[in-house]
Amino acid sequence: MGLQELWFGIIGLLFLGFFILEGFDFGVGMLMEPFARVGVGEPETHRRAALNTIGPVWDGNEVWLITAGAAMFAAFPAWYAAVFSTLYLPLLAILFGMIVRSVSIEWRGKIDDSKWRALADFGIAAGSWLPAVLWGVAFAVLVRGLPVDANGRVDVSITDVLNAYTLLGGLATAGLFLFYGAVFVALKTSGAIRDDAHRFAVRLSLPVTALVGGFGLWTQLAYGKDWTWLVLTVAVIAQLAAVALVWRRASDGWAFLCTAVVVAGVVILLFGALYPNLVPSTLNKQWSVTIYNGSSTPYTLKIMTWVTALMAPLTVIYQGWTYWVFRQRISADRIPPATGLARRAS
Amino acid sequence: MNVVDVSRWQFGITTVYHFIFVPLTIGLAPLIAVMQTAWVVTDNVAWYRLTKFFGKLFLINFAIGVATGIVQEFQFGMNWSEYSRFVGDVFGAPLAMEGLAAFFFESTFIGLWIFGWSRLPRLVHLACIWIVAIAVNVSAFFIIVANSFMQHPVGAHYNPATRRAELHSITALLGNNTARAAFSHTVAGSLLTAATFVAAIGAWWLVRSGKPATDQPDAAADARTIFRPAAILGCWVALIATVGLFFTGDSQGKLMFVQQPMKMASAESLCNTETDPDFSILTVGTHNNCDSVTRVIEVPYVLPFLAKGRFNDVTLQGVRNIQQDYQNRFGPNDYRPNLFVTYWSFRAMIGLLAIPGLFAVIALWLTRGGRVPGQRWFSWLALIAIPAPFLANISGWVFTEMGRQPWIVVPNPTGDQQVRFTVHEAVSHHASGMVVTSLVTFTLLYAVLAVIWFWLLKRYVVEGPLEHDAEPAAPRSPSDDEVAPLSFAY
Repeated sequence: MGLQELWFGIIGLLFLGFFILEGFDFGVGMLMEPFARVGVGEPETHRRAALNTIGPVWDGNEVWLITAGAAMFAAFPAWYAAVFSTLYLPLLAILFGMIVRSVSIEWRGKIDDSKWRALADFGIAAGSWLPAVLWGVAFAVLVRGLPVDANGRVDVSITDVLNAYTLLGGLATAGLFLFYGAVFVALKTSGAIRDDAHRFAVRLSLPVTALVGGFGLWTQLAYGKDWTWLVLTVAVIAQLAAVALVWRRASDGWAFLCTAVVVAGVVILLFGALYPNLVPSTLNKQWSVTIYNGSSTPYTLKIMTWVTALMAPLTVIYQGWTYWVFRQRISADRIPPATGLARRAS
Repeated sequence: MNVVDVSRWQFGITTVYHFIFVPLTIGLAPLIAVMQTAWVVTDNVAWYRLTKFFGKLFLINFAIGVATGIVQEFQFGMNWSEYSRFVGDVFGAPLAMEGLAAFFFESTFIGLWIFGWSRLPRLVHLACIWIVAIAVNVSAFFIIVANSFMQHPVGAHYNPATRRAELHSITALLGNNTARAAFSHTVAGSLLTAATFVAAIGAWWLVRSGKPATDQPDAAADARTIFRPAAILGCWVALIATVGLFFTGDSQGKLMFVQQPMKMASAESLCNTETDPDFSILTVGTHNNCDSVTRVIEVPYVLPFLAKGRFNDVTLQGVRNIQQDYQNRFGPNDYRPNLFVTYWSFRAMIGLLAIPGLFAVIALWLTRGGRVPGQRWFSWLALIAIPAPFLANISGWVFTEMGRQPWIVVPNPTGDQQVRFTVHEAVSHHASGMVVTSLVTFTLLYAVLAVIWFWLLKRYVVEGPLEHDAEPAAPRSPSDDEVAPLSFAY
């Protein structure tokens, strides 16, 4: 295996880490409001319990994206340049969402006021829905290909970005993250909130399975390789297992793990379908940006390999430790009274 | 406006905005770590309450700094894709290292610090804030290494086959003398920002606690015991940082006279090459170019010293001469940065330093030997001192970045002359309407968030140390974990 293949794999793994971790963060953000509306008990406690399942970890999870983006820049500048400039408006919307989401999560509890919280809740919901949908759209656009010309430049039209396949991709990731978020909240809470999360997971299970299965099958049939059939099969089995576990309410841990396997399967399927292209050209296959014509020099790749080999295992260890430290389930009783200030000084 | 101008405005606005919050984060993290260490070592609860008080302000600020940081990384590809293609082999590496070696640490350990107050043993929890403090500074190092490649490209050569700059020495890139000077200067500036912030809030509270109108004498005494050490700590760090800024700025300036003579000639409005030119205090012009400037107030000896460290026998090139020289070497173009902006941002950066420096000296004098200052003007001075370092930081970066125009990678006078790139070559070929859309989106969103950020900080400063933070929570037995209320929750 050469350095270019290795780095395609590393970037795939960074996105895998991002979607496995931030996937449930997005799901929790999307579910906070529905939870509060149908749940038994005080809505505000429901919201806070849901939010605090990701409280200590969401910020670290987001760094997987930042590192994935920087790794694209460092290892495959032509890929980074083509994708980021072509998907300008979707990325603008994603950035908008993620900015609003970050400050909303962090500032929500700073002021003890219902209007303030409603604003923050809107920010968290919008900031979770936007990226959850648009990352699916973006990856579907990439797998489907763009009109790359002979110089690696792209003159994009609206139908390259918005079409049946990419919209299904957006719905599939958003649906998957919703389900994943519900399963995660069920794993991380106890009492009435856990029951509610469980009910949500059951209700979401079938439509989400249909969406994700449909998107996976389309991707496989239109763009897949022979070996990605295996990935799709594993993902489908994992999804069915997750659904069965959720229905029987057998084990929150296994249901979560199975759903994580589905998320991983989707990412591997997408990257597998892409390989060895980075941006397939819809004009002429010879013009595609590939891992061979789009990469940095072997020297740069070698240095980055050393840095990654040194830092990445350490990162996994201390992030894993964080999850261990905050492994306790959260219930309504464990949510302390709000400590935010009143809007005006008394 | 063409797409280059709109893209530059967007990059300028988003970057300057991001760098309002970043220096406070970089400087405040180690100060909070020091406060928490003082609490752990001395068991003095005043330090605990200070840690909590400034910790809240830190987190309000940290959130917006992180949120606006993602834009920075994405923008190179979104708006400067030709630049990304040209330098990706060199420039991407420090960005990726920043993610792996800094962002992961700071974002993970800040979560542990916020939520871990009673879940982690005291020393482990203390280690978390120190890791955050180190990581934010490591991230500053890597991003400044990346920026310094734009100012002074080293460790790379131009490959005509791939038509891009390619890295040949990572040690040269990381050891860039421009990066060393800029990093130490930035860290000193960040420490000054945060130390002034801490000292001024402490001083303002000291004056407030001494007011006779206070109907709660206990609360006043309380405020004094808490904010006195904060004010004094802040003042000393601010003074040390000010001295540090002079030395690091001086060495950076001397490098710039060699590496980017055009930037420094513009900063001095030095239009023609001269031997031992005077340092300009005030220059006026009608058309923002060399044909219309009049040098009004000048001081001898200063400029030769700034450039070379001696008082005479120094020849400095003027804007006109460098322009001619660049035309000969790089072809016809206007190589002059905006004269007005470079001249005044340079002076604003230096001049604004006087305010926090003066404040720190006065504050140390007024609080000497256990005194509690009660002067109304002093609390006003404290409030004026807070924004000054922020504005100096902004001025410094506006000077650095606008002073390198029209280059995005300034040619290294002693390096590979082909490793050079202008902003016109660098920009993504978007319809300018689309970039205007994103420019307006970011500007409006950022304006709203800035108002909220300021209001939240103000609200928490005025409220003072909170009652529920008065005593550290007792260490909890592990059997309570499943049922005890969380020590902190959003």
